Amino acid sequence: MSKQMTGAEMVIQAFADQGEVLVDGQDVGRLSEAGVYALRRRMGMLFQNGALFTDLTVFENVAFPLREHTDLPEAMIRDIVLMKLNAVGLRGAASLRIAEVSGGMARRIALARAIALDPELIMYDEPFAGLDLISMGVAAKLIRTLNDVTGATSLVVSHDVPECMAISDWVVLMAAGGRLVAQGTPKELMDSTDPEVRQFVRGEPDGPVKFHYPAPELDSDFGLAAAGGAAGAGAGATGAGAGAPR
Amino acid sequence: MNLLAELGARTLRVLHGFGHAALFFLDLLRALPGSLRRFYLVVHQIHAIGNRSLLIIVASGVAVGFVLALQMYYALVTYGAAESLGLIVNLSLVRELGPVVTALLFAGRAGTSLTAEIGLMKAGEQLAAMELMAVDPRQRVLAPRFLGGIVAMPLLAAMFSAVGILGAWVVAVGLIGVDAGNFWSVMQNGVDWWRDVGNGIVKAAVFGVICTAVALYQGYETEATPEGVAYATTRTVVVSSLAVLGMDFVLTALMFTTP
Repeated sequence: MSKQMTGAEMVIQAFADQGEVLVDGQDVGRLSEAGVYALRRRMGMLFQNGALFTDLTVFENVAFPLREHTDLPEAMIRDIVLMKLNAVGLRGAASLRIAEVSGGMARRIALARAIALDPELIMYDEPFAGLDLISMGVAAKLIRTLNDVTGATSLVVSHDVPECMAISDWVVLMAAGGRLVAQGTPKELMDSTDPEVRQFVRGEPDGPVKFHYPAPELDSDFGLAAAGGAAGAGAGATGAGAGAPR
Repeated sequence: MNLLAELGARTLRVLHGFGHAALFFLDLLRALPGSLRRFYLVVHQIHAIGNRSLLIIVASGVAVGFVLALQMYYALVTYGAAESLGLIVNLSLVRELGPVVTALLFAGRAGTSLTAEIGLMKAGEQLAAMELMAVDPRQRVLAPRFLGGIVAMPLLAAMFSAVGILGAWVVAVGLIGVDAGNFWSVMQNGVDWWRDVGNGIVKAAVFGVICTAVALYQGYETEATPEGVAYATTRTVVVSSLAVLGMDFVLTALMFTTP
């Protein structure tokens, strides 16, 4: 997979490689460019860093999809934008420039932009990455609330297991290379006895997923294999010295 | 054998690069009608690309006019042809120096700015975000800048030539003492509106297409890292400058083959 891919793209690509991606019954892989664009109008996406347009204000960022895809009068666009910003708690920040907002605020503005057209599917790429605990809690609550209020389907790609477990209906665990490890409800995964799943949900540093990146043996990397006998003697001597003060 | 394989691989890479750039250019042309729906963006880009390049264009035009008048006078006076100074200065600026020097400055000022802007938008996933919002970045971002560059470049070249001529007049009439009436009248008699001025503007428009397309291509295809953007910005200046100089010879050969 390309290094340029976002987490969400990697997940979708992993599914596509092993089968097909269906959205509302349509196979995304078989759609024409126009079909893909039509489908995207019904989707919202939250990027990891927000991907806000830095030459526009907060208000203009949220208004962007409305201005591009609708012929709504400016007064109505204003009302919708302020409603969306209110939903993420940033109505008061409408006139700020993007350079003036914090990382957590940027994520919430991006969320307001993602739901501007009331999408049927919202994708979140690492929505909790780099956020402090308060912002993380706010983001998690927002995702769940918006999902329930709008009736949209939400696909969250994240490495933050506790937050995801807390807000998800269905969880899919994936390992490097898009390998499917397990899937189920959060409770099923929390109760799993599978060592790899346990390592994932408990955040253990070593286990089936190795701590060390694949490397040659230590002996060969440090040149100990060639001088095996001498090294052994030296180690023994050090041990003895360490014991002497006792 | 390895040398042959390497040569073949390099040739294929170069051809692939040309093909890729050609397809990008066609995409850009296809995106133009869509960008006209957002005409305010085109106007904004003409301002951003054109107006903000004015200072360097005007300053360079005046300097070139000064120097051209001095150099030409000393050459012409040797042959007793100092009265042709106005004509020589005008033709040099309108036919060649105006479009070419403006294009080189344009590549350095506006071209690098466009490449860095698009490259950073790509690095910040703004272009990807646009695509996922079902907005084609070629129509929304690239095409308005392309049109802005094509419109701004001939205007800047005309400005360069105009202030260059005024600069030459200051030196020739004010400092050297050439007759002012003669300076303007040889120009009026010897310069053809379409053949000289018109072709100069056509040249500038062609250079505008080259410089803007190269800048946008380099920005759009850049590797989304700080090094990638820096490298793309440098390449914009090098590729644009070489392309402008090469195309200038071709256009001059086509436009001015007969005296």
